[in-house]
Amino acid sequence: MDNGSVIRIESISKHYQMGDTTVRALDGVNLSVRAGEMLSIMGPSGSGKSTLMAILGCLDKPTDGRYWLDGSYVEDLRDTQLASIRGKKIGFVFQQFNLLARTSALENVMLPLIYAGVRGHDKRTQAEEALALVGLSDRMDHGPSELSGGQQQRVAIARALVNNPAILLADEPTGALDSKTGVELMDLFGKLHRERGLTLCVVTHDPEVAARTPRIVRLQDGRVTGDETE
Amino acid sequence: MNVFANIRVALRALATNKLRSVLTMLGIVIGVAAVVALMAIGNGATASITEQIEGIGSNLVTVFPGSFEHGGQRIQAALTYEDYMALEQHVERVNAIVANVSQGMQLTYAGNTVDVQVTATLPAYQQVRTVEVANGRFFLRSDGASRARVVVLGSQTATDLFAGLNPLGRTIRIGDVFFEVVGVLESKGGGGFGNEDEIALIPLETGYTRLFGRNAFSHGQRKVNDVSMSAATPEDVEWVMVQIERILRQRHGLKLSDDLDFTVFSQNAILETFDEITATLTIFLGAIAGISLLVGGIGIMNIMLVSVTERTREIGLRKAVGARRGTIMFQFLIETVVLSLIGGVTGIALGWGIAYGVSAADLVQADVQANTIAMAFFFAAFVGIFFGIYPASRAARLSPIEALRYE
Ligand SMILES: Nc1ncnc2c1ncn2[C@@H]1O[C@H](COP(=O)(O)OP(=O)(O)O)[C@@H](O)[C@H]1O
Ligand SMILES: [Mg+2]
Repeated sequence: MDNGSVIRIESISKHYQMGDTTVRALDGVNLSVRAGEMLSIMGPSGSGKSTLMAILGCLDKPTDGRYWLDGSYVEDLRDTQLASIRGKKIGFVFQQFNLLARTSALENVMLPLIYAGVRGHDKRTQAEEALALVGLSDRMDHGPSELSGGQQQRVAIARALVNNPAILLADEPTGALDSKTGVELMDLFGKLHRERGLTLCVVTHDPEVAARTPRIVRLQDGRVTGDETE
Repeated sequence: MNVFANIRVALRALATNKLRSVLTMLGIVIGVAAVVALMAIGNGATASITEQIEGIGSNLVTVFPGSFEHGGQRIQAALTYEDYMALEQHVERVNAIVANVSQGMQLTYAGNTVDVQVTATLPAYQQVRTVEVANGRFFLRSDGASRARVVVLGSQTATDLFAGLNPLGRTIRIGDVFFEVVGVLESKGGGGFGNEDEIALIPLETGYTRLFGRNAFSHGQRKVNDVSMSAATPEDVEWVMVQIERILRQRHGLKLSDDLDFTVFSQNAILETFDEITATLTIFLGAIAGISLLVGGIGIMNIMLVSVTERTREIGLRKAVGARRGTIMFQFLIETVVLSLIGGVTGIALGWGIAYGVSAADLVQADVQANTIAMAFFFAAFVGIFFGIYPASRAARLSPIEALRYE
């Protein structure tokens, strides 16, 4: 393991078999991310960004390649260990929010804590803190249908952060939001990065969003075509 | 995460999706209620029919004139009073024996008329058919000897004719002949089958000489509609039947190779016939109940399938935030067990209520049995749990991202 990489992948491929043709969503991707780094992943639609994020977030398995997460070789981990990693080490923010319907913001945020085995009172305080962090203290009892898109995404971010993960992965978090809300969200990410030293990976195809991160990785047709640091 | 936290998660999920929970439960409720109610009605009907047949008179053996042989062709022949006399003298192991002549006739009292089966019989009728007199007396040998115009009425007939008046000592008209009411029988109860309470009984000799006229005679012989007797014990029924056949063959001049021109019937045979009928009834009700369960099951399945997309995504999300597969499965198990339990208990209560209502309305004395309850409950629970767990187990096997993308 080199100098404190939290994420290191080598020759990662992900292939989908669609009838006779094989879609190479990822085709030999190498990448390492150091602890506390903040980077954007850019690329045209269909270039494999979401696929890469899912693999990094342990939500999906690669067809081929090697992945070390915080020093552990992911291939060797059992399902239950992966579940625990998803719950505690990684926070994932989806483009489509993915909140539980008819369930209050507070309860949505408490979900990872329930599965992490956090008990009664602590669970509630931690969730309240996370919601305060994203500025939603006054909306805790609202369900997703009573919140704006920006607010829903902030609930999702609170949920991703509530377990104090080492890494926050966000797949086009501003994609479903208007640009003003998107800018606010990026400000929030910036603040979290500065104040908490969070490792942050943001997928975007908005150059303005990407410009806020020191490092930009470019994907095309499932391959890394650029990796610039300011 | 501990078991109790997970149970809370499951209950929370049920409470969050009340409509889905209620609709799922509805399938179980309907299925279980239908089975419990229908089987209770079926059991009750069976019990009441059996009871009524047994009430006709225990160990009853009856001889009718004529028989069905030769592929359904009827052999005509009369049964006579002399046949009765011969049986009365020679058949062993018999407690009581009577000859009956009956005919449907009109009874009239003060403008009220009823049409009933009027049976001319002997005092031993009481023992043979196990009937009790509620009011007054049964007729005696002396009534027959004096060809007395006395009549004993079935309880329903008495009610219909006298509408509350005390019938004893009053004179009614049977056809054109006047009779004095000397007794009213106790109700045989039940109702619906056999009209045991809608009868009128008169002395046999009176019937021959004063009421039935030429109808009761054939070639100058006194005809009887049947000869009934009660064997001393149930084990004697077979032997009594054999004796009857031997004696009547001889009297009617039938060789062993000839077909019988009379029919010997035991209550056991009737019971067997009715056992078949009630078995059919039970199968029929069981089939309806089974269909209800199936419909309920399909209802459960539909709700589960309709919600499978939402639930698959929910499972994907729960896994994405750290839930293990086992934890998810346990949550779904708890959900379905709770739904099946509440639905099952509600269904049992509803089915019981229906059975109670049917009994209270005096249609049938419904009989709720433990094994039907158990069967309905376990089937519904099985269907509920199966259709709840199966889609969940499939979804939980997907990677979180596949589950989240499911549509
Ligand atoms: N589940 C899947 N089945 C088949 N093909 C898929 C699947 N997921 C992604 N792909 C394909 O893989 C490629 C990369 O997809 P994705 O990672 O979603 O791209 P991006 O997020 O950069 O738009 C696309 O061509 C897409 O059609
Ligand atoms: Mg994408």
